[in-house]
Amino acid sequence: MIAQTLSETKAPASEQPIFELIEVEQVFEVPKPGRSLFSRETVGLRALDGVRLTVRKGTSLAVVGESGSGKSTLLRVLLGLDRPTGGRALYHSKPILEGRASGIAFARDVAMVYQDARGSLDPRMTIGALIAEPLRHFDIVPRQDEAARVAQLLDRVGLPADAADRYPSGLSGGQVRRVAIARALASEPSVLVADEAVSGLDVSTQAQLLILLQSLQRDMGLTLIFITHDLGVASFLCEEIAIMYLGRIVETGPTDAVLGAPSHPYSAALRAAAPQFFEPLSEPLPGEIPSPLNLPAGCRFSTRCPKAQDDCRLKDPQLGKLGPQRAVACLHPLQPQ
Amino acid sequence: MKDMALDHVLSIKDLTVFRGAAKILDRVTLALGQGETLALVGESGAGKSTIATAIMRLLENARVTGSATLAGEGDLFTLSERKMVKLRGRRLSMIFQDAGTALNPSYTVGRQLGTTLQRIHGLSKAEAWKQAIELFTSVGINDPEGRMTAFPHQLSGGMQQRVMVAIALAGSPDLLLADEPTSALDVTIQAQIVRLILQLTRERGASCVFVLHDLALASQACDRIVVLYAGQVVESGPARDVLERHRHPYTRQLKSCVLEIGAKDLVAPEGTVPSHDQMPIGCRFCTRCPRAVARCADQAPPLVPARQTATGPLDHHIACWNPE
Ligand SMILES: Nc1ncnc2c1ncn2[C@@H]1O[C@H](COP(=O)(O)OP(=O)(O)OP(=O)(O)O)[C@@H](O)[C@H]1O
Ligand SMILES: Nc1ncnc2c1ncn2[C@@H]1O[C@H](COP(=O)(O)OP(=O)(O)O)[C@@H](O)[C@H]1O
Ligand code: SF4
Ligand code: SF4
Ligand SMILES: [Mg+2]
Ligand SMILES: [Mg+2]
Repeated sequence: MIAQTLSETKAPASEQPIFELIEVEQVFEVPKPGRSLFSRETVGLRALDGVRLTVRKGTSLAVVGESGSGKSTLLRVLLGLDRPTGGRALYHSKPILEGRASGIAFARDVAMVYQDARGSLDPRMTIGALIAEPLRHFDIVPRQDEAARVAQLLDRVGLPADAADRYPSGLSGGQVRRVAIARALASEPSVLVADEAVSGLDVSTQAQLLILLQSLQRDMGLTLIFITHDLGVASFLCEEIAIMYLGRIVETGPTDAVLGAPSHPYSAALRAAAPQFFEPLSEPLPGEIPSPLNLPAGCRFSTRCPKAQDDCRLKDPQLGKLGPQRAVACLHPLQPQ
Repeated sequence: MKDMALDHVLSIKDLTVFRGAAKILDRVTLALGQGETLALVGESGAGKSTIATAIMRLLENARVTGSATLAGEGDLFTLSERKMVKLRGRRLSMIFQDAGTALNPSYTVGRQLGTTLQRIHGLSKAEAWKQAIELFTSVGINDPEGRMTAFPHQLSGGMQQRVMVAIALAGSPDLLLADEPTSALDVTIQAQIVRLILQLTRERGASCVFVLHDLALASQACDRIVVLYAGQVVESGPARDVLERHRHPYTRQLKSCVLEIGAKDLVAPEGTVPSHDQMPIGCRFCTRCPRAVARCADQAPPLVPARQTATGPLDHHIACWNPE
């Protein structure tokens, strides 16, 4: 993934990205806080604001950021579930919504694993039927081969064959996530998008799932877009990372490079807050994350940034290149030590 | 474990909890000194919340044996309910796992803290209101006066946790039980809340039991660590001993699953925790243990000192027939 500015020359065809977001904006009209009971006054909530992102084929990308930073909203745009209110969101150089509307190819190619895996499964259906559903919907195999394909998928995600006859209520949290992954793989997608797919699980279950996801990504050449708030998970699973703050991607680049020497003061703060054996607890960022209804003037991080200077309250930094692979949205990026 | 109950704020001996036929906790023994912080770690279902809830005497539909001695009060399990009502909030209090559901959605957070203050200190409404604002300030709530009239759903998860901390500390307890106060929160907020609890309990000289999922965070926040597996204590002691000189195979497994930033190797453990109707009668870890020997399946290993030194046994304990 490379953060590009509009003026940059187009990459050669083979390097054409799968997804490209150019200045994407998603503004929700919400009731104005404190409006009177009968008023219909609304204000715009900028859930995404000037998002630039390029996702190359075969990469694994972690999207990290605090709750409310816009990660799920970003995913909905990538999946073509919502039309952004501004900017362009492209899938193989065509608007994502056009791709989605023009047939089932997009839905087949881009599969999703939801945050609430259990809630996304119909409790009255057996696991076998749940996995057969996308097989039929996308007409993947002839009926007589369905059972064999279900068995293959169960095996691929490390579930026993007899799980096909069980119901979601009879499975543990980790097993339910495996079913959700098997369902996503059923349509033979090239892109797998996952929202907090391993959070809230025990560490041993989490380790098992991470190894599964890593092998899927490597063996099947999947492009993986993975939302997480765990930097250890991001660093294990994903080659690249995008860090979000208040609706904007503020830093991108190779995960090891970004986490090894963050350029954006917010990335540095996230890095410092991650638990580390026997290190003193880090000094937390001052204050609270501002309301997206009322973004700070200038840089959106300026109200909490330990490096803020006078110009930070005047200019709103866009995501711009920093060396060949990295990009940062900061007027005074941190220098590597 | 040596009998040092006199210096201990809390000393739990052979705490066993049954729910129906299932033995949810099995002979849990641990102790906590004045001003110490202790982390209960282990996977879901290991019994961490059950221990904390048992100490509060708030377990329902359970049969409890063993003892929990609170300094100056004796065995909590033998006190009258009237006495327990007096102790809760004043000598020991608990921050529950899910702040969203622990707070009452239909009352303002100011009223919930105010009522607690009135009950514990017998304050008037006006005095309680004033003190509530002070407490909100001390737990780092911006605009404390404005926030007094907010309902829980109007606050972020991190703010709700701060309200919970304020309510738990209202009676200046000398023992605080904080059940996984942070697992659902972001790392930045998680670090803030843990720091806050540590700072406030230290200022008050209180002791603290944290339930934590994150071993690295436990090493940063706690003096002592107790590792639980399926209701049994498998290893306990000073944080460094347990995390760097561990001798129990399960502690090793738990630690190997922690992903430090930059780590590229991960070995996933086999299998899962057995269900209660299939629980081995011996060491409960024996179905997954790479070091299991013949006796492990049918004889439960006792908790014994992990090492001997010239000056006697160290305060580091393990329950294992074939330790590392
Ligand atoms: N349909 C909607 N209508 C109004 N506001 C919305 C809507 N969806 C999201 N938002 C707002 O947009 C912002 C970003 O939300 P989003 O759900 O993308 O955050 P997130 O990073 O996924 O958070 P979390 O980690 O808690 O899920 C938030 O302030 C949220 O309240
Ligand atoms: N209300 C209850 N009824 C029956 N079993 C319970 C109840 N609460 C907890 N348990 C069981 O007790 C064990 C320990 O649970 P818990 O204390 O919640 O663990 P932890 O907090 O470590 O996740 C688990 O096996 C769980 O299924
Ligand atoms: S632009 Fe200024 S306020 Fe914003 S992150 Fe950079 S240094 Fe901090
Ligand atoms: S007692 Fe046996 S089964 Fe249990 S941890 Fe020790 S060696 Fe493994
Ligand atoms: Mg989300
Ligand atoms: Mg619990």
